[in-house]
Parts: sequence; structure tokens; C-alpha cells
Amino acid sequence: MSTTTNTAGAGVSLRRSQPRYGERAIEAVLFLAALISILTTIGIVIAIIGPTIEFFQEPAVSIWDFLTGTEWTVLFADQNFGVLPLVTATLTTTVIALLVAIPIGLGAAIYLAEYASPRARKVFKPILEVLAGIPTVVYGFFALAFITPQILQRLIDIGTFSMLSAGLVMGIMIVPTVASLSEDAMTAVPQSLRDGAYALGSTKMHVATRVVVPAAISGIVAAFVLGFSRAIGETMIVVLAAGSSPNLTLNPLEPAQTMTAFIAQAASGDQPTGSIGYESLFAVAALLFVITVVMNYISIRLVRRYREEYE
Amino acid sequence: MTATDLIHYGPGPSDEKPVFTGRGHDRSPKERGFRALLVACLAIGVIFLVVLLAYVLIEGWPRLDGDLFRNQASQLRPATAGAQAAILGTLWLMAGTALISLPIGVLAAVYLEEYADRNKWYNRLIELNIQNLAAVPSVVYGILGLGLIVRGPLSLGPVLLAGAIILALLILPVIIISSREAIRAVPDSLRDGSLALGATRWQTIWRTILPNSIPGIATGSILALSRAIGEAAPLIIIGVAGFLTFNPGSMFDRFTALPIQIYSYASRPQEAFIVLSSALIVVLLLILLVMNSVAIYIRNRYQRRW
Repeated sequence: MSTTTNTAGAGVSLRRSQPRYGERAIEAVLFLAALISILTTIGIVIAIIGPTIEFFQEPAVSIWDFLTGTEWTVLFADQNFGVLPLVTATLTTTVIALLVAIPIGLGAAIYLAEYASPRARKVFKPILEVLAGIPTVVYGFFALAFITPQILQRLIDIGTFSMLSAGLVMGIMIVPTVASLSEDAMTAVPQSLRDGAYALGSTKMHVATRVVVPAAISGIVAAFVLGFSRAIGETMIVVLAAGSSPNLTLNPLEPAQTMTAFIAQAASGDQPTGSIGYESLFAVAALLFVITVVMNYISIRLVRRYREEYE
Repeated sequence: MTATDLIHYGPGPSDEKPVFTGRGHDRSPKERGFRALLVACLAIGVIFLVVLLAYVLIEGWPRLDGDLFRNQASQLRPATAGAQAAILGTLWLMAGTALISLPIGVLAAVYLEEYADRNKWYNRLIELNIQNLAAVPSVVYGILGLGLIVRGPLSLGPVLLAGAIILALLILPVIIISSREAIRAVPDSLRDGSLALGATRWQTIWRTILPNSIPGIATGSILALSRAIGEAAPLIIIGVAGFLTFNPGSMFDRFTALPIQIYSYASRPQEAFIVLSSALIVVLLLILLVMNSVAIYIRNRYQRRW
């Protein structure tokens, strides 16, 4: 605001007569509100770091065993602290989910961005939004009560709990994330690129796959990365459908407990504060938090890159 | 934008027909096959949704009765068990979450849009931080709540206030991001007009910008709240019980909520509990449907395009 412009020769002074303390106070209040987000991050770090350090200071635990040990039996009498079984379960369910979500989400995005008529888009976009709005506990229930007994058990030999069932349903849950972000990236590609390719005689498929997708690739990859971080952080689906015993395997037909499922199980078991079980929950959470923050940062960087290109 | 829950409505930018469409080649089998593949991708999502809705409706139908709302939860009598405490708990939780997250979220959005100087490092840090928080898994918020609010420094225990604070922090980034978009959509001419008439910055915001962006803020906030209502993971982490047989009376009472109740019924193998959890899922989805319809109504009725 330029209230103090020097207008030569004006009879009245345009200079502000008194400072407005109210305005300054309001700005300070608004800034504090924005600061709460920073405090949240600091709070998360503080909440996680204390018990995690205590966990690694326990005589029974060493960082090396934690990262390389193959048995995770914290809640049993004979305690082992190798986090690998939880990590392999998280990886397996995540990979299955991405194998479902990436092709389906990208296909849906290409259709919505390049092929769909405005009317078709008006119908399909809200459907994807509804899919995105369904609570994850509902997805988990559906995996356990319908997908496993009614579909998977009719096709293959599989138990009540399996990483396959959880991963498949998690994949569908992530489809709207991948589709909506990829579609945003594709609609940001300038129309002139498409027109140029058509003028050179390209077919619609060539324009979509060789012009639009490559031009939007960093946004699309960002969508994949975000899908990845949603998959490793997803809790209710794996708690309900993937089982609750740590299991060092990459076989999707077997049940296994993921990192998030362990956190949920250990927390609902009401561990006394300061016990090794309580501390282990925070150590696993620390690992999860670090992985997702790195993933989110990569995704944010990628999105920024593609925005700069076309604005 | 990283917040996946922010949803774009309305027609996309490429609605006008391009001059060249490649239509002459559209008939080749390869082209048709590719198009069919893309349609199949969308169809999988649509079919999944239809089957899911049909399944919970058919399965839950026999128990969508008055007992569900009149009776309390029971591990022994699934045929007449209800979820009164959970339904009321969810409504309390919704009110508490909204009261905490709305003012903070809107004020933060006003700061970032109207005051923040993007050249200052701390403002850029706040923005980056909000983008990151929007994608932090909900269990991590549960851990924050467990370590600092339920136990540790605040030691509130698993009460309504603790649940509301955690869910409010969880959806805060989404509310901030969508409120910023609503504020940004108010044209500069309104701002300039108000300032030219001698209004101060805050008067301009309070009397011109906020009234004009309320529909957008309300829509985004309701959608964010409906996300909070469906969350189970953070509440499980802080130790919210699955079977509670008394209704909450204040923000300092222990409580349970619909997603938790669904989870604890769903993890029991007997058929009667599956029916019961299906019925509760229908109730939860109906609450979400009402909230989303209100959001869409507000958007269509009040949102102006400049």
C-alpha cells in the first residue's frame, strides 16, 4: 500500500497520522495461526524422538539389530527387535497397490484429459471423488468380508488374511489420487503441442502417449510418488485384511503385519508409558515418518518443476 | 498441489474442440483397442464402487433398524446391539474438530494470501511445511496425539477433546489449502476498490474478501471435515475404545466413534457382526453423503465466478 506517496504541492499531508496498533495485532494473530502448522511438525518430531531414543538406549536393543534383524516379537515374552519383517510386509502391500493404482489411475487420467467429452467428464470425475471419499476402514472391511472370501478364495488357495487382498484394495483406494494429479498435469500441457502433433498427422493415441504424457511426466511421477507415500502410510486396510503377525516374506499370498499395522496393534494393546513395547511403537513410527517425508519432498519438487515449465 | 483431497470440480481447460483431432485414424483397431483399455481403467473404479455400495447395503439391510440407534454396543448380542455411543461420539467429534480447525485454518489462509511476503524464508517454510503435512499419514498424527496430548505433557487421556485436536491438526493443511484458493479467487478489483475507499487492510479482508470467499471456504472445509469423520487410525492409536456403552456428555469424556465401532465389529468373525458392521458403514456413508451434498449445494448455489 502506498499511503505515503509524495504528492508535491498538496495542501493536506497524506502521511499516516498515527500507527494502527490494531492492524499490527491482527497481523500477528494471523501469523500465529499460520505458525501452528510449523508447531505441528515440531510436535510430531518431539513426540517421536524422545521414546525412540529411549528405545535404542534399552540394553536389549541395538540400531544394527533393529535394521537388520529378521524377527519382530516385541509384544511376546521372548523379545526380538528386527524391523525387517514389518518392512517387507509394508513393501509387498505397497508394491501390489502401486501395480494396481498406477496403470488404472494413469489410464483413467488419460481418458479424462484427452478422450472424454465434457459430459462424460461430468459423470466420471464425481465418481472418482466418491471413491476418494470413502473411509479406509470401509475399504478394509470390504477386503476382509468380500474381496477375500467372494473373489480371491474362489480363484486361488488363500487364507482369511493376505497381503494380496489388502494390496489390491489399497490400490483401488489410491486410484483417485493418481488419476486426479496426473490429469491435472496433463491438462496443463498447452493445446499448441497437441495441435502441432495432429498437424503432423498423429493419431489420438500417439498424441496422448508420445506428446501429452511425456510433456506431463514430472507431474505424473509426482502423482506416483504421492500414491507410494499414501500406500506405506495406510493403516486400516492392512490392519483388517493383511493379518497381525510379523512375517518375513515377500509372498503376497501370506498374511503379514506392516509397520502401520504394528503401530495400531501395539497402541490399542494399551502399553504402559515407558515400557519397551510403547517405545518400539515410536521407533517404527519414526522410520515411517522419515520415509514419507522424503517421498513427499520428492513429489513437491517434481510438481514445482512441471509448473515452472508452462507458466 | 499435493493435497489429494482437494478436488477440482467443473469442466477442464481443454473443452473447446481443437482444429486437428486425428479423427481420421480413430477407426483403426489399435486406436480402438487403446481407447477401450482407457475406458476399462475407469470402469474398474466404477464397478468397484458399485459393488462395494451394493454389498454393504444388501449385507447391512436386515440390521438397519431402530435398535442400531437406540441400543449400545455389545460383544454378546449382535442381533440387537447398536452403536448409539459411537454415532453420538462421531457427531461430538465433528463439532469439536470444526470448532478447532476452522478458525485456525481460515486465519492461516488469510495470512498466507493477504499478508505473507513470499520472499521471506519463513513464509516459504510455512508453505512447504503445509504441503508436506497434507501428505503425512494419519497414523503419525495419532502418534503425535499419543505422545503429547493423551499421555506426556498434556495427559488428557483418550477423551473427546484429544480426538478433536488430533483430527483438527490432521485436516488443517487441507482447510488452509482450499481456503487459500477461495481467497485467491476474489478479484483484485474488489480489494483495490475497498482500499481506495480508505478501508484498512483488515477492514478490506473482513468486510470484502471473506464474505466473498465464504462459499469456497465452506465447501472445502466440509469436504475436509468429512475426511476427518471417516478416520479410524489416529483414534485407535490414542486408545479410543471399541466398546463403550455410555454417551459422551462433555469434551472431557471418554468416547468412541463410528469408524472405531465399525473396526471392532468387523474384526469379529461371526456373520452377525459382519451384518452389524455393514449397517454401521451404511450409516457412516449416509452422514458423509449428507455432508458432501451440502458442500456441493453451497458451491452451486453461492459460488460466484468473476
